Amino acid sequence: MNDIPVSTPRRLVELTIDGGTVRVPEGSTILDACRQEGIDTPTLCWAENLTPVNVCRVCVVEVENSRVLVPSCSRAAEDGMVVATDSEKVRTSRKMVYELLASSVDLDRADAEVHAWMDHYGADPSRMGDRGDIATVAQRPKVQDDLYVRDYERCILCYKCVEACGEDAQHTFAIAAAGRGFDAHISTEFDVTLPDSACVYCGNCIGVCPTGALVFKTEHDMREEGSWDEEAQSVTTTVCTFCGVGCNLELHVQEEQIVKVTSPTDHSVTNGHLCIKGRFGWQHAQS
Amino acid sequence: MPDLRFGDAGPTDEERIAVDDVVADLGAVLVVEGERLVYAGRARTAERRHLLLPALHAIQRASGWISPGGLDYACRQLEVPPAEAYGVATFYHLFTHEVPTATDVVHVCDDVACRPVGALDLIDELRAAGHHVKASPCLGQCERGPAVLVQRTGGHDLTIAPGSVDGVAVAISGRTSSASVTLHQAGSPGLRLLARVGVVDPGSLDDYRANGGYRALDAALAMGPDRVIEEVTTAGLSGRGGAAFPTGAKWRGVADQQGRPRHLVCNADESEPGTFKDRVVMEGDPFSLVEAMTIAGIAIGAEQGWLYLRGEYPVAAHRLRSAIEQARVAGLLGDDVAGSGKRFDIDLRVGAGAYICGEETALFNSIEGFRGEPRNKPPFPTTHGLFGQPTAINNVETLVNVLPIMVDGGEAYRATGTERSPGTRLFCLSGRVANPGIYEHEFGITLRGVLEAAGGVIGADEPHAVLLGGAAGFFVRSGQLDLPLTLEDTRAAGVSLGSGVVMVFGEEDDMVDTVRRVAEFFRDESCGQCVPCRVGTIRQEEVLVRLRDGATLDAERDLLDDLAAVMGDASICGLGQMASGAVRSALDLGLLEGSR
Ligand SMILES: Cc1cc2nc3c(=O)[nH]c(=O)nc-3n(C[C@H](O)[C@H](O)[C@H](O)COP(=O)(O)O)c2cc1C
Ligand code: SF4
Ligand code: SF4
Ligand code: FES
Ligand code: FES
Repeated sequence: MNDIPVSTPRRLVELTIDGGTVRVPEGSTILDACRQEGIDTPTLCWAENLTPVNVCRVCVVEVENSRVLVPSCSRAAEDGMVVATDSEKVRTSRKMVYELLASSVDLDRADAEVHAWMDHYGADPSRMGDRGDIATVAQRPKVQDDLYVRDYERCILCYKCVEACGEDAQHTFAIAAAGRGFDAHISTEFDVTLPDSACVYCGNCIGVCPTGALVFKTEHDMREEGSWDEEAQSVTTTVCTFCGVGCNLELHVQEEQIVKVTSPTDHSVTNGHLCIKGRFGWQHAQS
Repeated sequence: MPDLRFGDAGPTDEERIAVDDVVADLGAVLVVEGERLVYAGRARTAERRHLLLPALHAIQRASGWISPGGLDYACRQLEVPPAEAYGVATFYHLFTHEVPTATDVVHVCDDVACRPVGALDLIDELRAAGHHVKASPCLGQCERGPAVLVQRTGGHDLTIAPGSVDGVAVAISGRTSSASVTLHQAGSPGLRLLARVGVVDPGSLDDYRANGGYRALDAALAMGPDRVIEEVTTAGLSGRGGAAFPTGAKWRGVADQQGRPRHLVCNADESEPGTFKDRVVMEGDPFSLVEAMTIAGIAIGAEQGWLYLRGEYPVAAHRLRSAIEQARVAGLLGDDVAGSGKRFDIDLRVGAGAYICGEETALFNSIEGFRGEPRNKPPFPTTHGLFGQPTAINNVETLVNVLPIMVDGGEAYRATGTERSPGTRLFCLSGRVANPGIYEHEFGITLRGVLEAAGGVIGADEPHAVLLGGAAGFFVRSGQLDLPLTLEDTRAAGVSLGSGVVMVFGEEDDMVDTVRRVAEFFRDESCGQCVPCRVGTIRQEEVLVRLRDGATLDAERDLLDDLAAVMGDASICGLGQMASGAVRSALDLGLLEGSR
């Protein structure tokens, strides 16, 4: 074809963040601009391979002339915007988001950065009251097959798994948010088991879950028996051989056993997403 | 759509027929499948999914619950993934997910206005009489509580207010709701929005016309869209749904859009505790809303109007449906409105018990067949509204104000009220006043004046406290009785008129319990999407329960402050942002101290 579209260079917008001038391509988010400037910003529901849902609110920043704080992960940077990322208001809200989550959800297997940010903001969930006296999402894990465990007392409702299962990757729509308010939760229709649902076991939901609520059964079992040891794991990158698409696989190996398979989010083919063969084929190879 | 996987459970015959009727009866709806619009991660194909909410209503009415077989059948017909449809069904209070134990569910309001007048006793009595009872947030009948809604399987729902065991039995056997309220100001020459209520036969287009109906549409068609918007702008009309946005500017914004189709949405979700003004207008003068929507729709260049009515208003639903049908037959809706060559029609959509669906973007999602979760703004409805298309959304009271503006002109309208708050306002009086009910007053009247017009406070010269503006409003006390209830004066005083609620409490009322109930309301009605509101509202309620049970304020004040900060600053929508306002005002006024 000879009419290859030539993209015109994107216009730059200029804004102020924490007093410094920043220029980013039009269409960038405030978060993009912060990252470009090396301003570390916490996120929970944002992921580079998913459409922003802006629900956790931990990334909020103060924008001049805006009555309320704005989510940096989804708000586009605009010319002349004046942004503060470390004001009193911002610190209070970020700290509170962590305190609210940690008082109701079990975060002990959440990504390390979650704990680092909680320390940074001095979050103290215990001031919400004793765990036994206040509402939490405590419940038993759902173990319904040999591949997945869904441990929803660790779920922060970031919607990442829903997006990965649906519009953003898999187009399976096996899980969705159900209920309302504090009872909102991720569920199949009528809470049927995963084997009875539309689930195709691609594992993409597990790949995006930031808190360990969705895990491979191998990992869950090893954690329960105390043998899971991330320090002792090595990661080897390889190309999946099941079909010709060419997905990159990252094999996580502990004591010469594959314990989980992921894919790099920046990989052009997968964007971090896989199918059941790449994700779980090793179980057959290994056993 | 991808290949969807459905379940094995089949529908009952009743469920199948009910869903088929919904799908067949697309009615006059015009839905153009727009470009694939990715919004908060969800691509929207508008084509059929908007029938999901009506289909769920049909299943619930046919079977008394959303059965797996019925839901699966609807999913197949509408090409909706079952997990998503289940997520939608479980969003609404009026849909149930367990096998029903009774034909009728009796919803009894135990909200702030009904508690002091015996709601809790009534719940016990109805249970003792063998009814399947559910406690409900405000049912919009606050002037005559305790309010009851009977949700029926295989029949029409019924409103009984005030409710009693006998009244419920009589209503069920006679299949009739309580008569609409009397208007204390009936016949008063100052009435503009309520002039026809109680005078006109709400079921008759002829009678509406005989009482001045459709003169405004004639005037508007003669003026043309631009002049109509100019007159509304000149009039200084502002939104009555809570945010007081200038209506003319909103309409201009949509009229100037290139995008098509455009939509006009009427927000009749009225679920703010203490609010019942829109109900009185819709029940008493339904054609006025149909006429006003027609004028607004044609002015902004929309061919489709959507009337989103809360699910707890069966009488209003019946009268509006009939009014729309009669207007259509008379050529006042449809392809050629009143011979003007312009197309405009109205589709009535009924909610299913969710206060949050009154938030404009949640309302759009609800109509579209998604969970009523608010969208992040920007973008705003003017450009990305219903189905992602340009949309003007207005409250019922806002819209009916357009009728006098068309007939008398914007200048005449502007001459009433105050400089910055022109026109009249509907006030919803409930609680300890002699004559609770709806009142229309010119802007400028003080709180004291409003109370006096309603016969004054019962058993005292002054109220102990007044909840102004609803649960999303603020408490005020006797020091503020001379506050003029205008937009500018309430704003300066740090309070708001909200939806016109004036709920009066006396010394005998338990304010700690009232404030706790307000907190419970927000916890119950949060959509659950964002952390500040989902968890913040339950933590706020827990604090108020601790206060009720004897905790000291000093121990809780810091936490209340921080909860107010995160909910107010970091929530996605107005529900979370306003969830601490009334609680904070009660705290500041010392209403929480006297208790213990
Ligand atoms: C939680 C919440 C509930 C609301 N409920 C209603 C409602 O029931 N009716 C209404 O007209 N506006 C309601 N609103 C305001 C609407 O979002 C919107 O501002 C209004 O419909 C615009 O119409 P107006 O300009 O005519 O006032 C609500 C807002 C929020 C945040
Ligand atoms: S299960 Fe994990 S990915 Fe899914 S919503 Fe919960 S925390 Fe997010
Ligand atoms: S503020 Fe509350 S109601 Fe609004 S989006 Fe957030 S959780 Fe939902
Ligand atoms: S990361 Fe921005 S709202 Fe969650
Ligand atoms: S109907 Fe009970 S408070 Fe409104």
